[in-house]
Amino acid sequence: MSKISGAQMLIKSLKEEGVEVIFGYPGGVVIPIYDVLFDSDIRHILVRHEQCAAHAADGYSRATGKTGVCMATSGPGATNLITGIANAYMDSIPIVAITGQVATPVIGTDAFQEADITGITAPVTKHNYLVKDVEDLPRIIKEAFYIASTGRPGPVLVDIPADVSRAMIDSNFKAEMNLPGYKPTTRGNLRQVKQAVKLIYDSKKPVIFAGGGVISSEGSDVLREFTDFAGIPVITSLLGKGVYPETEELSLGMAGMHGTRYANITFMETDLIIAVGTRFDDRVTGKLSEFAVNARIIHIDIDPAEIGKNMETLIPIVGDAKTVLTDLLSNYREITDKKGKPDRSEWLKWIKRMKKEFPQRYDRASKKLKPAYIIERIYDITGGDAIICTEVGQNQMWAAQFYKFTRPRTFISSGGLGTMGFGLPAAIGARLGKPDKTVIDIAGDGSIQMVSHELATAVSNKIPVKIMLLNNGYLGMVRQWQELFYKKRYSATCIDNCVDFLKLADAYGCSGIRVKNAGEVDDAIKKALSIDNVVLVDFLIDPDENVFPMVAPGSPINKMLEG
Amino acid sequence: MKHIISVLVENKSGVLAKVAGLFSRRGFNIDSLAVGTTDDMNISRITLVVNAENHSIEQVTKQLYKLINIIKIQELDPGNIVERELVLIKVSADSRTRPEILEIVNIFRANIVDVAKKSLMIEITGNNRKVDALEELLKPFGILELVRTGKIACTRGSKY
Ligand SMILES: Cc1ncc(C[n+]2csc(CCOP(=O)(O)OP(=O)(O)O)c2C)c(N)n1
Ligand SMILES: [Mg+2]
Repeated sequence: MSKISGAQMLIKSLKEEGVEVIFGYPGGVVIPIYDVLFDSDIRHILVRHEQCAAHAADGYSRATGKTGVCMATSGPGATNLITGIANAYMDSIPIVAITGQVATPVIGTDAFQEADITGITAPVTKHNYLVKDVEDLPRIIKEAFYIASTGRPGPVLVDIPADVSRAMIDSNFKAEMNLPGYKPTTRGNLRQVKQAVKLIYDSKKPVIFAGGGVISSEGSDVLREFTDFAGIPVITSLLGKGVYPETEELSLGMAGMHGTRYANITFMETDLIIAVGTRFDDRVTGKLSEFAVNARIIHIDIDPAEIGKNMETLIPIVGDAKTVLTDLLSNYREITDKKGKPDRSEWLKWIKRMKKEFPQRYDRASKKLKPAYIIERIYDITGGDAIICTEVGQNQMWAAQFYKFTRPRTFISSGGLGTMGFGLPAAIGARLGKPDKTVIDIAGDGSIQMVSHELATAVSNKIPVKIMLLNNGYLGMVRQWQELFYKKRYSATCIDNCVDFLKLADAYGCSGIRVKNAGEVDDAIKKALSIDNVVLVDFLIDPDENVFPMVAPGSPINKMLEG
Repeated sequence: MKHIISVLVENKSGVLAKVAGLFSRRGFNIDSLAVGTTDDMNISRITLVVNAENHSIEQVTKQLYKLINIIKIQELDPGNIVERELVLIKVSADSRTRPEILEIVNIFRANIVDVAKKSLMIEITGNNRKVDALEELLKPFGILELVRTGKIACTRGSKY
């Protein structure tokens, strides 16, 4: 009977979970783990700040559907992870965060680099563990991955004290999961499904509203089949982008604060919303009491707590999006086989007219360098086939508005938490998970400065992500609110152009390209894509450009401001 | 409205903090909370009394269900339960007031569990109303200390 250390058992357990890459940063109490990693074939990506380890694990997960893993030492290492963990929590992304902890005998004594990370992260994790005995470790790792990736996915943190890493354990030690209180429902109640189908069949003006839950359940194909068979238009949330091709006639794009005008109008007109894997966030609904006043609601979600939380729901269906959509489709087929397809040509004609009447717009005639133009060019040149990550702010919304997403897991953006600095590390994670894909970070000059040190991570690990920096010299989105709602009092939002991003790129060994006018855009994008290195393209865009249409906070969503 | 919520949880460290944290995070004030193990050492029962709207209590129970270590949640129907709370009251007493206090204690079928020169300790079990009434009557003598366990409750009949 051979013995191995807790650290060895950890790495063995991670391998059993199929982990290929860990994003992390070492420190005192995790040296035993790093010592084992040194000989392991699990790839370790050394980031430059732990927050980015969590974001990279998150981006890896969004791009691949697998559970991402990040690691940090105790105390400051662990606390640096928090923003990344909270980000994954808000968007229901499965990651496992492993932190070192001070040795069990000194826990609670304010020992050097001690932080109560399980206490601190309780509100932003799906679950967390403090491992007190090495014999609990194999079970906990198994449970952590299971919990993170099933039901409504989310981050799980495992805190491992130094003495547990060093303790010896039988190498064949086996443990079963023991989760008496955790039984996520996957199959939706069939009676509810049948009721829903009847309602859908009878509806004159139905619309599907799809969110990130459809992507995480890998339900996009079924959604597409259902949509096309039933001929029902699709609106998505920000995180739902890519569930249904935005190039299709039935796609209405994204709704909400910066959604398409036609999606927002459709919400006001529809008599039935079939919501799948989405949570009616305030950025989508606008003023709740005036949202979709004519519609009845079928709400499909894996998390019962989301159903009825914001919107009164006529038919709640708790279950996995893909499974429920499959049941919905087969039952809908049955009813149309018997009674024929309902005639909704009037509704579809109306939708078509709205799309034509209110297209996504920007000033195409302008001599200035417009961000929307850049995004459109990126879309064309990549053939719509890239993975697009974004930072947060105007850059994020322009990316969402002007790139057409046709496949799930190709739009990677911080939705619920809205975390500036998410895009670059997420792009690094995404590219590691999808090494054959072009991975682009649509960035803002404010956001990128929160994480520019990760250029080092990308360059030194040969992860050739492309940063398309929409440089406006402002914390643009905040400046936009100040312009519209605070009498143009630009308090603390001008970040000037004091940083030379080409020099910054150069300092990190990346290639840098500067673009000042529209004529140079195509060449710059093509060049950036052809260079086998990390590239930063510094687009000096029109600094006064705003994101429109826009629903003012607290307004009904059909009251949209235009530029 | 007052709600009595009975929660079965895995008996592990940190679980109580997670339950209590969830209530405070979502803006609920817990009126009372009692915890103890059940017939199964691995499972504890937490009995909570909270004051909230029906809609928000439904939301908080759903959120509570999402905690991994929670096994079962029941909102108890106040019309169909036996509820109890144990209270210890230390009251000032001297030779002059002692007989009067004893008389009150007898009427309430409470017990004297400690006698000292200048005080008495009274133990009473019951529902809120009974305890409140006793407290009211003892107040004039001077209550030195009052300790409540928090309410526990069990549904009537063989259903569980
Ligand atoms: C970590 C963090 N801090 C603050 C904010 C608030 N915020 C939202 S957008 C924004 C401006 C972003 O500036 P930039 O990255 O330059 O993007 P732009 O809007 O100019 O495209 C700020 C400060 C945030 N979302 N995240
Ligand atoms: Mg900016």
